[in-house]
Amino acid sequence: MGTVSSTHAETPSGRSLWIELPDWPGNIAGQHVDVRLTAPDGYQATRSYSLASSGSAARVQLAVDRLPDGEVSPYLVDDLQPGDMLEVRGPLGGWFVWKEEQTQPVQLIAGGSGVVPLVAMIRAHAASGSTAPMQLLYSVRTPEDRFFADELSALENVTYAYTRSGPTDARIGRLTKEHLASAVLPPGAAVYVCGPTGFVEAVASWLVELGHDAASVKTERFGGA
Amino acid sequence: MSIFTRGFSGRGRDDNPALPPGQYLTEDFPVLSAGPTPNVDTDHWEFTITTESGAVHKWNWEQLMALPSEDIHTDIHCVTRWSKLGTTWRGVSLDTLFAEVETEYDYVMEHSYGGYTTNLPYEDIRDGKAWIAHTFEGEPLDPEHGGPARMLVPHLYFWKSAKWIHGLTMMKDDDPGFWEQNGYHAYGDPWQEQRYW
Ligand SMILES: Cc1cc2nc3c(=O)[nH]c(=O)nc-3n(C[C@H](O)[C@H](O)[C@H](O)COP(=O)(O)OP(=O)(O)OC[C@H]3O[C@@H](n4cnc5c(N)ncnc54)[C@H](O)[C@@H]3O)c2cc1C
Repeated sequence: MGTVSSTHAETPSGRSLWIELPDWPGNIAGQHVDVRLTAPDGYQATRSYSLASSGSAARVQLAVDRLPDGEVSPYLVDDLQPGDMLEVRGPLGGWFVWKEEQTQPVQLIAGGSGVVPLVAMIRAHAASGSTAPMQLLYSVRTPEDRFFADELSALENVTYAYTRSGPTDARIGRLTKEHLASAVLPPGAAVYVCGPTGFVEAVASWLVELGHDAASVKTERFGGA
Repeated sequence: MSIFTRGFSGRGRDDNPALPPGQYLTEDFPVLSAGPTPNVDTDHWEFTITTESGAVHKWNWEQLMALPSEDIHTDIHCVTRWSKLGTTWRGVSLDTLFAEVETEYDYVMEHSYGGYTTNLPYEDIRDGKAWIAHTFEGEPLDPEHGGPARMLVPHLYFWKSAKWIHGLTMMKDDDPGFWEQNGYHAYGDPWQEQRYW
């Protein structure tokens, strides 16, 4: 059982949450938790959320995007307040993770809120002093929709692919295979792709067509079309 | 023990006896896989069953399609908490494929194109409990959902129904497959909520 310690508006439709978890065993960058909500009549709804934080601290960070017709995400984005209790189970998932022992170059590719576990990897990479190159390609609707915008702006190895609107010198529109080819590390890199299912499907199959070994492309699908 | 979540009322009450604990109904067909979707073409497709004697039983796509297929009406339950009720598949029963296979071993490893594996007890794929499915809702199975053919073992969480199935290997012991090594439960019964470890 956790306690919400603070919330931070990230985008017009999303925010991040810090949660105190006294019994937290620590987690690896890329893992997720299950969050369970319980209504007064005992009805429960559970959804998975990636951790933006990693390591042993007894405080974890999530970031949630609101789906307008969703059951759980609007509650987490609009209603939850500091001091509220939240049932959190985890850490879960041992596959979509980055560990500091990994020495090969890393390409991270995010669609929308799929940036959350990749931010955990960027933070863990920086904290470890790893010399393995790591870069992020972040596909997002508009600059206002970027999660962790300030933190990512301060980094050099981040490029954006805006799908709706963006700076006048930027290429606007859905990511294409050609754009992807020009923006990511060549085959040989460890690649992590995370976001809505349709985005992950498209990007992962382009990567294979571009010569990446399927075994070096790890994916996490958040759901949706 | 759980406490109430302040201010949360929830949407639907899926008081549906067909829904295992902790699952919610979806009309979509979400996708869970660890990597890219492999492109497997039926001209080169092959399915094998390998036993302890080293015997390899092999079928190509034509041979599979020449075997009797059955209609399967079933509910499916994904470990990521969605369930889809009343789905319709067509596929070849594992009972048919195992008709000529001799084995004393009690466990099976499923192998997929793309390299993924998942383990389960042999008895869980016998007696009308498992199929090699090639058709979903009247259409050839999409690559995204495991086409051209996937395992269908609907009484277990859906990761046990390996997509892009390539072969089964009999095992003496219940060695963990890919997902099981990565934190998923060895057996995966949705009614017992055997999700992780
Ligand atoms: C491993 C994992 C990690 C995740 N991490 C995060 C995270 O860090 N941040 C985050 O915001 N979300 C994350 N998600 C998605 C999250 O679990 C929920 O699916 C999402 O918040 C929607 O829940 P909901 O109850 O609001 O919507 P629901 O009531 O479940 O769904 C409402 C409608 O939206 C569709 N839908 C469901 N999920 C999505 C989606 N992701 N995109 C588009 N449409 C969808 C549904 O099919 C349905 O039609 C993660 C999912 C997984 C599996």
